[in-house]
Amino acid sequence: MADNNTSWKTVLFNPFSKNNPVIVQILGICSVLAVTAKLEPAIVMGLSVIAVLAFSNVIISLLRNTIPNSIRIIVQLVVVAGLVIIVSELLKAYVYDVSVQLSVFIGLIITNCILMGRLEAFAMANRPWASFLDGVGNGVGYACILIIVGFFRELLGSGTLLGFRVIPQAAYDAGYVNNGLMILPPMALIVVACIIWVHRHYNKDLQED
Amino acid sequence: MKINKQSNLYTVIYIIVLVVVVGTALAFTSMSLRERQQANIDADKMRQILASVHIVPEKADILSDFDRYVTRQYLVDAAGNEAAGDAFAVNVAAQIKLPADRRELPVYECTLADGTVKYILPVYGAGLWGPIWGYVSLDADASTVYGAYFAHQGETPGLGAEIEKPAFQDQFRGKQLFKDGRFMPVAVVKAGQKPAGDEDYVDGISGGTITSKGVGAMLDDCLSPYQNFLNKLRNR
Repeated sequence: MADNNTSWKTVLFNPFSKNNPVIVQILGICSVLAVTAKLEPAIVMGLSVIAVLAFSNVIISLLRNTIPNSIRIIVQLVVVAGLVIIVSELLKAYVYDVSVQLSVFIGLIITNCILMGRLEAFAMANRPWASFLDGVGNGVGYACILIIVGFFRELLGSGTLLGFRVIPQAAYDAGYVNNGLMILPPMALIVVACIIWVHRHYNKDLQED
Repeated sequence: MKINKQSNLYTVIYIIVLVVVVGTALAFTSMSLRERQQANIDADKMRQILASVHIVPEKADILSDFDRYVTRQYLVDAAGNEAAGDAFAVNVAAQIKLPADRRELPVYECTLADGTVKYILPVYGAGLWGPIWGYVSLDADASTVYGAYFAHQGETPGLGAEIEKPAFQDQFRGKQLFKDGRFMPVAVVKAGQKPAGDEDYVDGISGGTITSKGVGAMLDDCLSPYQNFLNKLRNR
């Protein structure tokens, strides 16, 4: 993978499915559990991760030949932490409600394994443009899962999508109730497991014995 | 000249330069966004204050609604006299650390559409996992609770976090802070039980005992310093 000849399509699209950071590499599960009770924070979190991942990949890739080996993890952390704080400040300034809901989880992007993993495995060995695509690809792969999980949890848990009521009042009058369990973190894990199940069904080569 | 990238000097200079660059970028971001962030925080505070008198404005109307309904805001001291200062800027979280007689106590006077006056008092305390806070509004008799709004930072969803739900907050409506002329803030007790004194009480949240007790303690701690002020209002 760390080969400069790899086509940009592989770099960009591989993390969608075959090498998805969440459902194949099982990274970044913590934030998937925490921010997906509603669709809106899931989308904002996904966008934040895409931005941080793409830019930190580019910055590290630009610096890759100058970074002293003994402090490379520290350098990566400083870059990621700086970007995350900038994102969090921007959210506080422009989408205050969402930033309150996401609370500490924006800050915790710093410790998201996907980031350090991509920086170490890809950006340190590849050119900026390829690293940028890799960052966007992995970020989108992560965001997709977040949005799918957020979609089902908000729909079944609150009967709304992005805050708008989608399950009609008539259904409630007829005895339908929201599944309160969907709001709680354990259901995020179960929804992720279901996604993995469906995904593995169509990708037999990923199935373990 | 070939630089030895593994030397200590190179490493030290590298990290210093990096930190200075990143630090400058962060300082710049923070400075340029501060005003906008403060406006958001203020608007959120206004929303919470209005929520305690059951007014829930649209996002765009918060500022205008706050100006329309909150007709006066001022500080009082523990003796019940008005003090100088900006009520909205007072940090209640910092004030509760001071002894009761040295606190600056903000009061928001709210005139509703029907002309009745409500007094809104901020409260701040500790839940199980982090701070809890809120606003309690009183009728013009300075004893009957008109509404209460509570919020929390990180109480357990479904348990302690229920204090932000109407089901909990609506219980406070109509409770008395004064019983036979004696000041007794509303108590929060386990459902089905009664407090030791004869003060008014509401049911706490099952499974959220520590948060419920936190709400009770918060009301005690934050409303007691207003006692003289409220007495003056009552005798007016």
